Amino acid sequence: MAHLIDAQNVTMQFGGLKAVNDVTMNIDTGEIVALIGPNGAGKTTFFNMLTGIYLPTGGSLTFEGKTVGGMKPHMITRMGIARTFQNIRLFQNMTALENVMVGRHTRSKEGALGAVLRTPKFRAEEKNTVDRSYEWLKFVGLADKHNELAKNLPYGEQRKLEIARALASEPKLLLLDEPAAGMNPQESKALNALVRKVRELNITVLLIEHDMKVVMDLADRIYVLDFGELIAQGLPAEIQRDPKVIEAYLGKGAEAMLAEAHGQPAVSAEPATDVSEEDPTNG
Amino acid sequence: MGGGKMDVSTKVSTGRMTPVKMALYALLGLVLILSPIIFEGMGMLFMTRIMALVGLYVMLALGLNIVVGFAGLLDLGYIAFYAIGAYSGVIIGTVSLKFFPAVLQPYSYFMMIPVAAGFAALAGLALGTPVLRLRGDYLAIVTLGFGEIVRIIINNNALGITNGAAGLPRAGEFLPKPAGLEWLQSHAYFTLPDVGANGFNFAFSSNLYWYYIIVILCLVTIFVVQRLNDSRLGRSWVAMREDEVAASSMGVSIMGAKLWAFSLGAVWGGIAGLTFANFQQFVSPESFTFMESVFVVCSVVIGGMGSIPGAIIGALLIQGTPEFIRGFASSGIIPGLSGEQVSAISNYRNLVFGLVMVLMMIWRPQGILPSKRRAAELNADDDILEEENETLYDIQHDTGRFGDSADQ
Repeated sequence: MAHLIDAQNVTMQFGGLKAVNDVTMNIDTGEIVALIGPNGAGKTTFFNMLTGIYLPTGGSLTFEGKTVGGMKPHMITRMGIARTFQNIRLFQNMTALENVMVGRHTRSKEGALGAVLRTPKFRAEEKNTVDRSYEWLKFVGLADKHNELAKNLPYGEQRKLEIARALASEPKLLLLDEPAAGMNPQESKALNALVRKVRELNITVLLIEHDMKVVMDLADRIYVLDFGELIAQGLPAEIQRDPKVIEAYLGKGAEAMLAEAHGQPAVSAEPATDVSEEDPTNG
Repeated sequence: MGGGKMDVSTKVSTGRMTPVKMALYALLGLVLILSPIIFEGMGMLFMTRIMALVGLYVMLALGLNIVVGFAGLLDLGYIAFYAIGAYSGVIIGTVSLKFFPAVLQPYSYFMMIPVAAGFAALAGLALGTPVLRLRGDYLAIVTLGFGEIVRIIINNNALGITNGAAGLPRAGEFLPKPAGLEWLQSHAYFTLPDVGANGFNFAFSSNLYWYYIIVILCLVTIFVVQRLNDSRLGRSWVAMREDEVAASSMGVSIMGAKLWAFSLGAVWGGIAGLTFANFQQFVSPESFTFMESVFVVCSVVIGGMGSIPGAIIGALLIQGTPEFIRGFASSGIIPGLSGEQVSAISNYRNLVFGLVMVLMMIWRPQGILPSKRRAAELNADDDILEEENETLYDIQHDTGRFGDSADQ
């Protein structure tokens, strides 16, 4: 069976820097797949290629068998890929509901003429947009905040709103870029529950995450990037023991140290260089 | 949660009119209808003319508000659409007169409305397409250039059809009286000799005719612009203005949203231009200088970007105030004002505008009647995000196509 996402030897080169180098991976429908790696590993760059913000400089990247490279972001959204951003990119001065309504853009089509004439079709579609958007707000638990400006929501709720906005486009694949970043343990637990609920809707999830608790808890499979290259892939349990992964995260010699600490997850936290960002999207 | 849902639907649909609001609108309507009649009756004919001219600028401000206020694209050459509407309407109108039967002549203006709107919209697309990737300062400069190019082309008698600086219509040609004007002029007049010092003498003038046409056009513009703003397209404009990358990731076609903004904005400029030409019975390139574009932008900015009432107030202030001052000064109503002083007053208006703009930017950057959203924007420090967008797009557009660069 063809994969939902099929990446063959994908490379993204910025001048002399290969942000993603020769990466081959695939994702099947219904999976929750995690993409992990230290900062600067090329994870978000990979997302940006999948969503049409960057054009891969090499290799092939397909979604449902169709080449993604060269498509405009909005066309990719129409095909069924939706995303959130590492540094939240909500429409700050729109209300929560309006944000989600923008997410419905590809699932509605009334244009200028319908808007001016307020045709029955336009009214029906607008009502549908409002109702569906409200449903998605309810889905992530923000229904009572529908009239709040996005920028006035607390951080955790902004993350949820981004997910609602992405879901409103009725995607087949949802890309989450560090959804748990900055969340406390309770919040990330709630996030896990939310992602599982998304999967129940038969939406495939690919997430970038540094919080290993979230990753190990959620992911069916994990891909690990380091310096743009794929260094490991497999089940969460395998990844935890993979010496290459441990080295990438903690440096040489860490493996031996970790071996002593039985029962602890080998990969427990992200490196201390958290503040540095990994590519231009995350400025 | 069922109740909550109802709540949302009603909140999003446009608000209902309260009786107070209705009364206010009715009063405003009466003022709009009756005030020029009173002015004309009192012999202040210049007032109607000024009100009509100001009305045209209200239309221009509302049109530009789509581009600048809603979509966030700074356009410094908007007056070009005014020119294109005027010239396309007049040129095609005069040519078509030769083919129309005489009965249709009075309808020439009305038939030219879609023509002027269409040409302006096409010009909007023509401007929009090459500048899709530009924003901010770069966009402003290119649009400024566009405005000047259009004016210079007209001034140089392009293809021999614009008649250069001499303007249109040419000697021997004419713009026909619009339908109904003749009849109104010969039937609608009355005299009340006991009212006022010189009596109240009203006679329907062509200025009055055009004033009413322009008021109707303004109402249509407000109606349409309001509905566009409150729609899927309007939301995509706001989203694009807020964050282009996020908007396109949510499925908004940036190209589509920009082209719609440019062409739908241009339409109102075009119609206003055609109306201006017919109202003046004449059109020449000197009406379409860069300063005119600046005045329209000022109207939108001072009124409050993205706000429809703001655009109207802005146009009234920017175009109305100096015209009224000049009108009063030269009408002789204020005694003891020499011609020199009159021209001095009108010349200083630009200085006053500059000052007002600077003061506004310091104390009230959101404008007089800002839209809620725009006011919120100016209180936030979104600059960082802004810069980020630009970097991202620069990178995106510099990337080569598949296989262009040496892989591996």
